[in-house]
Amino acid sequence: MSETLTRRAAIAAAGGLVLAGCDKLSGSPTVQKILSGAEQLNLTGQRLVLTTSQPLAREYPASEISRDFKANGTVRPDSDEYRRMVLTEFTDWRLKIDGLVRKSASWSLDELRTMPSRTQITRHDCVEGWSAIGQWTGVPLSHLLQQTELMPNARYVVFRCADDLIGSRDGSGLYYESIDMVDAFHPQTIMAYAMNGKPLPVPHGAPLRLRVERQLGYKMAKYVMRIEVVEEFSKIGFGKGGFWEDRGYEWYAGI
Amino acid sequence: MTAEIAEQKLSVARRTRSGRELIYRHSLFVRIAHWVNAGCFAILLMSGLQIFNAHPMLHWGVKGDEADPSLFSIYAEDQLEGAPIGWVQIGAAKVNTTGYLGLFRDRDGFLSGRAFPWWVTLPGYQSLAEGRRWHFFFAWLLVINGFAYLAYGFAARHFQRDLAPSKGDVRSFGRSVLDHLRLRHPRGEAAKRYNPLQKLAYLTVVFVLFPLMVITGLSMSPGVDTAAPWLPDIFGGRQSARTIHFITATLLILFVLVHVVEVLLGGFFNEMRSIITGWFAVRPEKSGRQI
Repeated sequence: MSETLTRRAAIAAAGGLVLAGCDKLSGSPTVQKILSGAEQLNLTGQRLVLTTSQPLAREYPASEISRDFKANGTVRPDSDEYRRMVLTEFTDWRLKIDGLVRKSASWSLDELRTMPSRTQITRHDCVEGWSAIGQWTGVPLSHLLQQTELMPNARYVVFRCADDLIGSRDGSGLYYESIDMVDAFHPQTIMAYAMNGKPLPVPHGAPLRLRVERQLGYKMAKYVMRIEVVEEFSKIGFGKGGFWEDRGYEWYAGI
Repeated sequence: MTAEIAEQKLSVARRTRSGRELIYRHSLFVRIAHWVNAGCFAILLMSGLQIFNAHPMLHWGVKGDEADPSLFSIYAEDQLEGAPIGWVQIGAAKVNTTGYLGLFRDRDGFLSGRAFPWWVTLPGYQSLAEGRRWHFFFAWLLVINGFAYLAYGFAARHFQRDLAPSKGDVRSFGRSVLDHLRLRHPRGEAAKRYNPLQKLAYLTVVFVLFPLMVITGLSMSPGVDTAAPWLPDIFGGRQSARTIHFITATLLILFVLVHVVEVLLGGFFNEMRSIITGWFAVRPEKSGRQI
């Protein structure tokens, strides 16, 4: 009896050691760096099929729209500035676009609404595993980028947002995201100001959010205040290209 | 020609010290592929449970989030008084799994409300980001290893020779099932081949379950779905594909359990020697005993 107990304890202890070793291994930056090699394979593999013909993500009939589309991440930015914008219904909000562009610009919400628009009913896949279907209306990002005339060294489009998920006071936790020109010029990549036929609600990113339909939800920045065109993003945030990327998630979120 | 090679193979047959015949059962290629696959499966399973913990419910169809009905879920339910309860819900039924699933003591001793406990996830603490990195890296390794194994299996006629069921296998299938139930293992000439049930199990794992794991996994990728919208359609949508991914993983766990039990029953030392060195000792026929 006592022998089986000690044997069991020994097995449990050995198992515990193995598992503790796994955690140490998983937490090691070197191991994470090796593992992240798969991200390059995912990007290269998917781009092989996605770049050549720029296929569209599936669009669904209106009957498929989720009745209760989950709002994830920040659902109401708590800065005074954002609260004031909500109270004034974003009438003094302007989308700025600058960086590696010949003509930097800024547009009001009404100006964006008069531009060419695209409406799409698409499936939103969260990195957590769930999916919801919603209808989005907005200006194709390609239209905005064409207006500003990109410089030859422009490689990434960075979205600067109003939400601070970790509640930092110094702005270091402000949400941001980045995509490259392949996704930026995709016809379904839009800056959405409406969801399911109504102005974009606050939990879903009012007044404007990004839709990049061929990637996961965390790429689709909400509460976008400014668009910045850059050659590299290593000096922004912690240098990984986005709020979640800085916290260990893949920059390429096509899987 | 083939007969000559077979002849040579026979001539290299050795004997154990106790006089049992040793046959070269597993080629080096198959042995390496087996262990790479086993390692990948363990890591994919544990990192997969970590990923599942980020949304511990399964749905059917294209869409599904917390507001939608679920076929299966694991969750902790707060109580007005006392500790929360861990539940596993399957359809309309639910089972109290406090301590194991949904609610358990974390490594530091504190109660934790995650679905799968720390000792079956990779990493043991909650980290969807790290779980995903492990999962995708070893998924690539599993797929590369799997394709190499398939190419070898057909080219070297391993599948045709060792796994393809013969007419005799079909006839003796019922007896094979009975033998398994009685935990009776073949001896002599019969022990040199895979038995009918064993062939069926291996064929299912190699040609159905592992391919299904990979295809349902790919069906969850928004990038892949854009390039091949028909892929998630096969399963009835992205969330169905996720559910089938989980069910298939469960079937693979069942296979591994039976596989390991058979190794123990069939003679642990001999079976391990054969999958490490290739050499397998054949148990002689029992003389004077009629079945």
